[in-house]
Amino acid sequence: MSTNKDQKFLLTGNEASAEAAILAGCRYYYGYPITPQNEIMTHMSIRMPQVGGTFIQVESELAAIYMVYGSAAAGGRTMTSSSSPGISLKQEGISYLAGSELPCVIINMQRGGPGLGDISPAQSDYFQAVKGGGHGDYHTIVLAPSSVQEAADLVFDAFDLADCYTNPVMILGDAQLGQMMEPVIFDKKQKTDLSAKTWALTGARGRKRNIVKSFYPVKGELEVFNTKLQKKYREVEAEEVRYEEIDTQNADIVIVAYGTSARICREVLRDAKKKNLKIGMIRPITLWPFPSVIIGRVAERVQSMLTVEMSAGQMIEDVRLSVNGKCPVHFYGRTGGGIPSPKEILNKIIELSTIKEKVTCATS
Amino acid sequence: MTEKVILAGLGGQGMMLLGRLIAQAVMLEEKNVTFFPSYGTEVRGGTAYYHLIVSNEEIFSPVIEEADTLIMMNLPSYLKFKGFLKPNSSLFLNSSMIDKVDVPESVNIFRIPATEIANDLGNVVASNMVMLGAYNAVKNLISIPTFLSCLQNVLQGKKAPFFRVNKLAVERGIDFVNLSKK
Repeated sequence: MSTNKDQKFLLTGNEASAEAAILAGCRYYYGYPITPQNEIMTHMSIRMPQVGGTFIQVESELAAIYMVYGSAAAGGRTMTSSSSPGISLKQEGISYLAGSELPCVIINMQRGGPGLGDISPAQSDYFQAVKGGGHGDYHTIVLAPSSVQEAADLVFDAFDLADCYTNPVMILGDAQLGQMMEPVIFDKKQKTDLSAKTWALTGARGRKRNIVKSFYPVKGELEVFNTKLQKKYREVEAEEVRYEEIDTQNADIVIVAYGTSARICREVLRDAKKKNLKIGMIRPITLWPFPSVIIGRVAERVQSMLTVEMSAGQMIEDVRLSVNGKCPVHFYGRTGGGIPSPKEILNKIIELSTIKEKVTCATS
Repeated sequence: MTEKVILAGLGGQGMMLLGRLIAQAVMLEEKNVTFFPSYGTEVRGGTAYYHLIVSNEEIFSPVIEEADTLIMMNLPSYLKFKGFLKPNSSLFLNSSMIDKVDVPESVNIFRIPATEIANDLGNVVASNMVMLGAYNAVKNLISIPTFLSCLQNVLQGKKAPFFRVNKLAVERGIDFVNLSKK
C-alpha cells in the first residue's frame, strides 16, 4: 500500500487499523481468526512479509497474547486482535503484560455476548476493557474510535501511548466499525526514531541484565511494585484523557456515548435541533482514563444526562460516578447485537423532556 | 445531497463489488461515503446486502432506516427490503429474476432485465453492471468514466479481458433506461 500523504483509501475499519499499525512500526502480529475482525489478520498476513515483519496465525488466543508478551519483552512493537470471546481468552495474558509493564496494542472489535454470542456489533465488553478483565490491580489504556479514520489515527497513537507508559493499550471498536468502509488518509508521521527501550531483553553482554517479570514472591516487594504502578496510572489519568464535546454549552440534556453509539447519536443531535430540542454530547475517546472531570462539570448546568450504549448499561456506571449526583443520569441501550436507531434515541429524549415538564408543573 | 442505497442480491451476483466501486468512485469525487456490507454467515445462493450512503454532508449512522434507492437483484432480496421504501424512493428491480410483485404506488419503479441483457452480451455475471448503468442514468450519482477507471483497477492481470464486457453492460443499462424514457 502506498503511503502517499494525501491519498484516500476506501477501507474497512479492520483494514485501516491494521495498516495504521504497520505504519506505526508494528512488526510482530499474532492472531487467531474470529469474525468480525478477520480483515485485520488478512491485511497483516499480506503486509507483514512486505515490510520484513512477522505474521503468525497461531493455534489459540492464549498463544497469540503470550507471543505478544515475548515480542514486547524483546522490545518490538507488537499487536494482537480479536473479538469479544477471543479477547476473554487473552485476559490472563493482558494481566501479565500489565504486571510486567510491557507495551503492546490489543484490538477488540466487539460482537454480541455473553458466551459465543453472535457476530453483530455490540459494546458489552466495556467493563472488561476498562476495569481490567484479568486479575490484579491494573488498567489498560482504552481508546474508542468512532470512524474508520479515527480507528487508523488511534491505532497509531496507541503504539506511542503503550511505549510511553510501558503498558498495554486496547482499541475498543465493534463489528460495525470493523466491517464498514469509509475513506481514510494515513497522514500521521511514521515514527523512525522509536525511543530506546533500555529495559528490553536484548542480550545482556556489556550491560547489567534486565528482568521482565510480574512475579514478586518476597513479602512486601509486590506492594512496592503496585504503588509504583498506581502512580503511573494517576499520571495517565492526569495526562491522557481525550474526549469530544459537542453543543454542551446551552444544552438541556447531554448524551454521553462512545464509538458506534456516539456516531448514531450525532445524527440524533442533528434531528433534535430541527425539533428545537437543546441536546449536546460528550463522546469519550479514552474510556480509561475516563473523562470524568468534563462530565462532572457539564452535569452542573444540565437538566439530565442520557447514556447511550450497545449494552445493558456499563459505561453508565462511570458516568454516574463522574456526575456524582449533580443531575439525573438516564440510559438507553440495545443488547445482543441490536444497534439503536436515531429514531429510538430521539424518542427517548422527547420522553425525557416531557418528564422535565411534569416536574416543573409539580413544583410550580 | 444525501443518497441512501441498499443493494441486495444472491451471493455471487456482484452487489459487493458494485457497491464498493460506486463508493470508490464517489470518494474520488470528494463526496463523503460509507459502505456497510453484511458479513459473516453469507453464502453463495443466500441473500447478501449492502448499505451505501453518499452525501455532501458528514455521514453519521452508516445503517439505513429509510432508503432513497433499492437495487434488488432477486425476489428474496426485494421481499426482505421492501419495508425500507418510502414515498418517492426509487426501486430498481432485476426483472429477469423478479417477476410479478406488488410495488407501492408512491415508489418510482424501474424494471431492468439485467440478467437477460448480461446474458446477451455473453457474460451473465455482468448483470450488476447493467443495473449500475440503469441506476446512474436515472440518479446521475457518479461520473461513468471515474466508475470505469475504478472498475479497470480491480480487473487487472487475468481478469483484464473482462473489462470490455462489463463496460458494455454499463452502457446497455444506460441505454435501456434512456430508451424507455422516450
